[in-house]
Amino acid sequence: MRHMKRAAGVAVIATVALTMAACSAGGGSGSGSDAAACEPSDGEVTLTFTSWIPGIEDAVAIWNDANPDIQVEVQTGPSGNAGTYQNFFNQLEAGNAPDLGQIEYDAIPNFRVQDGLENLAACEGIVAAEDQFVDWTWGQVSLGTEDEVYGVPQDSGPMALFYRSDLFEQNGIAVPTTWEEYREAAVQIRALGGYITNFSQSDINQFAGFVWQGDGQWFTNNGDEWTVDLTSDTSITVADYWQDLIENDLVAVYPPWTDEWNNAYNSGEVWTWNSAVWGANSIASGAPDTAGKWSVAKSPQWEAGASAAGNWGGSSIAVFKGTDHLYEAAKFALWLNTSEESLTSLNETAAIYPATTAGLELPVLQEGVEFYGGQKIYEVFAEAAGEVNPDFVWGPTMTQTYADVSDGFKAAIAGDGTLADALADGQAKTIAALEAQSIPVAK
Amino acid sequence: MSRVIDADTRKPRSSSAATRTPRAGGAQRESLVSRSVAMLIMVIFTLYFLIPIWWLLVASTKSRGDLFTTNPLWFSELNFWDNMVALLTYDDGIYLRWIVNSIGYAGVGALVATILAGMCGYALAKYRFRGREVLFNVVLGGVLVPATALALPLFLLFSQVQLTNTFWAVFLPSIVSPFGVYLARVFAEASVPDELLEAARLDGAGEVRTYFTVSIRLMVPALITIFLFQFVGIWNNFFLPLIMLRSEELFPVTYGLYAWNSTINQFPELRSFVLIGALLSIIPLIVTFLLLQRYWRTGLGTGALK
Repeated sequence: MRHMKRAAGVAVIATVALTMAACSAGGGSGSGSDAAACEPSDGEVTLTFTSWIPGIEDAVAIWNDANPDIQVEVQTGPSGNAGTYQNFFNQLEAGNAPDLGQIEYDAIPNFRVQDGLENLAACEGIVAAEDQFVDWTWGQVSLGTEDEVYGVPQDSGPMALFYRSDLFEQNGIAVPTTWEEYREAAVQIRALGGYITNFSQSDINQFAGFVWQGDGQWFTNNGDEWTVDLTSDTSITVADYWQDLIENDLVAVYPPWTDEWNNAYNSGEVWTWNSAVWGANSIASGAPDTAGKWSVAKSPQWEAGASAAGNWGGSSIAVFKGTDHLYEAAKFALWLNTSEESLTSLNETAAIYPATTAGLELPVLQEGVEFYGGQKIYEVFAEAAGEVNPDFVWGPTMTQTYADVSDGFKAAIAGDGTLADALADGQAKTIAALEAQSIPVAK
Repeated sequence: MSRVIDADTRKPRSSSAATRTPRAGGAQRESLVSRSVAMLIMVIFTLYFLIPIWWLLVASTKSRGDLFTTNPLWFSELNFWDNMVALLTYDDGIYLRWIVNSIGYAGVGALVATILAGMCGYALAKYRFRGREVLFNVVLGGVLVPATALALPLFLLFSQVQLTNTFWAVFLPSIVSPFGVYLARVFAEASVPDELLEAARLDGAGEVRTYFTVSIRLMVPALITIFLFQFVGIWNNFFLPLIMLRSEELFPVTYGLYAWNSTINQFPELRSFVLIGALLSIIPLIVTFLLLQRYWRTGLGTGALK
């Protein structure tokens, strides 16, 4: 009897061991070529590509039909900051990252600092493609260098002013062209019971867009060290401007992307939104009752007569370290983001606003949009795209920076501190985060 | 055999019936006020838990335009069927695929986990062998380690053997349930009499046969409890698929909905899919609970007493 019991115990252990052995039986060759050159591979190639853009499969299917030797397999997941970036880092660590991935501009330095991206500069046609892209988007993927390219720009988010043309007209208020006029209009609108806009306490990249428009910088990198400058003069000017509006109850402060926020726009309580090109869909879906009553104008300027635009969002397709097929991956990334058929497909399925100058001329982007009273709104954005400062640099820990500044903004809206305090706090915490990762910071 | 089981289960039942009568009488004498207060608190909490589900139900019947413009807690134009068809046909019916995946991970995973935990707990309860307590304590220690903390190490392990982004990456970690082993041991100790095992052995039944024909029947309430715990655990285990899976075709429904939800700022058309998708995704859980809840209660009590 005892023997039997022991045998049963051994059997359990043996089963466990077998299961584990079965697990490891799948083991094989890892990837990891150090491709200094960018040469074509032999034979058929299958690339994996992770993105979160719904319907991107359609564009990829066009490529797969035309390129039987370079097949691309799309994998989708949550948006970058919602988990996909973390997955990329885990996969890089484990050596099984996909060949290509969707990376927003503000996350590229993070991947670059962690040495997760291949330099595409040696690949055929990449450097030559620079001219095809809107100036500033190339700056985002070359990180300000001459001989390095860490991705191919896909889309951009030039900012302009969405406004309720009907309300402005009825009340005889001129559409503001400078931030000074914007504040004056805010006072008039407040007197009518509305708010000129809603200040977002958590869209820190929108706020960065305001700073960007004012020719400000948050980060600089001289190749060796990072300089963190969340509290530059421009940055503080922008912060003080909004602080004044908040303190005087001239802007609404609903948490963005919530029902009450949508409702504030839908009910006509809030009149304008200084937002990116993709915001056109957000309004149309969040405020359906206001169809036909919106227009788009150039963003208000810091100086009368100037024409500077900010940017909010946009992403690139990057190639991860460890790919065996750098050449093919670069070729696909270039096609996906420059060919007319791909850009048309991406615009149809996911309203992707292209990063190439030719893409801005897509027929579909020349048409009037019904929700905006038939206005050809994309003409405004195409112009704005050309007015974005090409030298804006993101830091290597933007997720953390966003979170810390956002905490401060929320506190400021609750009356605890100011937006400028929040930036100072974000500055200190960002420097601490960089140092914690042993990233050199200039003091 | 069945007579023995009956006798065993009848006893606790009659004794609890005996104690219930005086207790109920005492409750009657409590003041009306305290009973109403208790009732009120329960009603408030019931509403607290049910209103979100009500909201979900209402929201999933609305068209995208009505969602923000009409009363959030009451119906406007009924659009449920259209929403559902749109959801089920979106992206070649990927949503149905996710539901099937979830049922696969949670259903099959919980079944295997239950069998393993039952056998393990039974062995720990009924066999004496060296290191038994150590083994049991190690398993018990496993209860204390949250599944979330294990996800990343598991990912690196599975990467070594090239099993990430496969069905196994989510399934294999799901078939282990330390808490199930604990529950099975406690229950087996209490409900499987040694005399019965002796009798079975004398009748010539082998250990394995004894387990599967005799002991397992006595352990059914515990096994169902383990199954339910594990089913819910796997169904709601979101972090593991998030880290392990890349191909949409492998996602469980929770992760798929999360992926959609994370992009609704830029792709607002996904919002109504997330809503109705969330509503439909709780149906399998509700069905499982309704079918198995009476066993669940018995099992829970056992675990609590020991």
